[in-house]
Amino acid sequence: MSKKYDTPLLDELEKGPFPSFVKEIKLAAKHSDMSGDLLGHTELCFKERVTHWKHGGIVGVRGYGGGVIGRYSDIPDKFPGVAHFHTVRVNSPSGFYYTSSALKEMCDLWDKYGSGLTNMHGSTGDMVFLGARTENLEPFFAEVSSRGWDLGGSGSAMRTPSGCLGMSRCEWANIDAMAITNDITQHYQDEMHRPAFPYKFKFKVAGCPVDCIASIARADMSIIGTWKGDIRINQDEVANYAKTMDIKAEIIDMCPTGCMQFDGKTMKIDNSNCNRCMHCIAKMTKALRPGTEKGATLLLGSKAPIVTGALMSWVIVPFIKMEPPYDEFYDLVDKIWEWWDENGKNRERIGELMERLTFTRFLKDVGLDPHPAMVKEPRRDPFFFWAEEDIER
Amino acid sequence: MEKEEVKKIIYELVEASTGKKKLKQSDILKKVSADQGIEKDEVKAALRDLVDAGTLIFTYFGGSFIEIPPK
Repeated sequence: MSKKYDTPLLDELEKGPFPSFVKEIKLAAKHSDMSGDLLGHTELCFKERVTHWKHGGIVGVRGYGGGVIGRYSDIPDKFPGVAHFHTVRVNSPSGFYYTSSALKEMCDLWDKYGSGLTNMHGSTGDMVFLGARTENLEPFFAEVSSRGWDLGGSGSAMRTPSGCLGMSRCEWANIDAMAITNDITQHYQDEMHRPAFPYKFKFKVAGCPVDCIASIARADMSIIGTWKGDIRINQDEVANYAKTMDIKAEIIDMCPTGCMQFDGKTMKIDNSNCNRCMHCIAKMTKALRPGTEKGATLLLGSKAPIVTGALMSWVIVPFIKMEPPYDEFYDLVDKIWEWWDENGKNRERIGELMERLTFTRFLKDVGLDPHPAMVKEPRRDPFFFWAEEDIER
Repeated sequence: MEKEEVKKIIYELVEASTGKKKLKQSDILKKVSADQGIEKDEVKAALRDLVDAGTLIFTYFGGSFIEIPPK
């Protein structure tokens, strides 16, 4: 297919060391009119500094209230290929594991019913299929569901739960993050496909406090694997690390609660003051291991800045056993949702409601006893970096 | 209360609100359950039937709502 539009502004985005979505759309445009028109449409949006997309409306598949995000161009006569350009979210597997044949199959289906463009993965975690006409939504859904896939969440619903790969590849996972992600997905099918909440609600499951998936900043409810009891120390391995690393500078002095000591030979930890940040364990993997009683810390309330500013999560349950059938966990979630349903305004996230009505009221209404470990925003920002001028030397 | 009757009440509620106020699923559950003295789960099951049949649909306008599909 020949080039239809000049795209000088988009071409700029192909320069530089990083992968470019423009390059991929140009490749797709060789066999897709939709992708070709997408280039012209996006270029015009950039040039005029105004979006030509209309969002939302009445679009979806029968019986579901989510999974499809309506998107239309407001200049369809000029760019007929993107007159309809709906997004379809497909529920990703736990841990984001795919076989190559499954991926090929999904891509072939999307070449058939959509633009051929995908986004792996959206920030919620779904496989995101970009660009379909309304009349192709039901056939695509029928094909993917017949192969065992399902749509993910969108709108005022539970969004597709996601988590880290947990015990499947990480020996430090304190909980089975993949199993929990899957269980929540199955348990709350109705809440995911039939939006009934004041606004969106996201679960993310991290196997340990390193929180590789940054659940603490991105999920309304974070489930983060942790432990009770003393960190297990192998003093022989500590001695080995001492030969290759500066344990005082890299571990002891970086402990946020100052609960560690090292005399050059032996490491001691005052476990009663450990806040389980897991820095030491992650740095000295052979020498230190979490305690043996495993469970999770539940946090509530983080969100990105859409309606109001960004929020970080608040610890609401310092320790809970996360073992099937997860009854205690689901009972608590149901109570929290009921409280949100009773008190939340339209488009008010659970974290915003908690801020508005106070944490005290939240604890009282959902029946949680206050505890000193219910720390507000235990990490301000998991990706925070100090600038050079911030550091006093 | 018979499910068909609950479905009729829900439909009439949505119909009466059309053009005036968009109803969320929870608005319908609360209102019908309170007015008729039945459990929210009963209302939810009836509403699900209506959506599965395409009699009512979910829409999205900055939030998810239940509406009558356009003719």
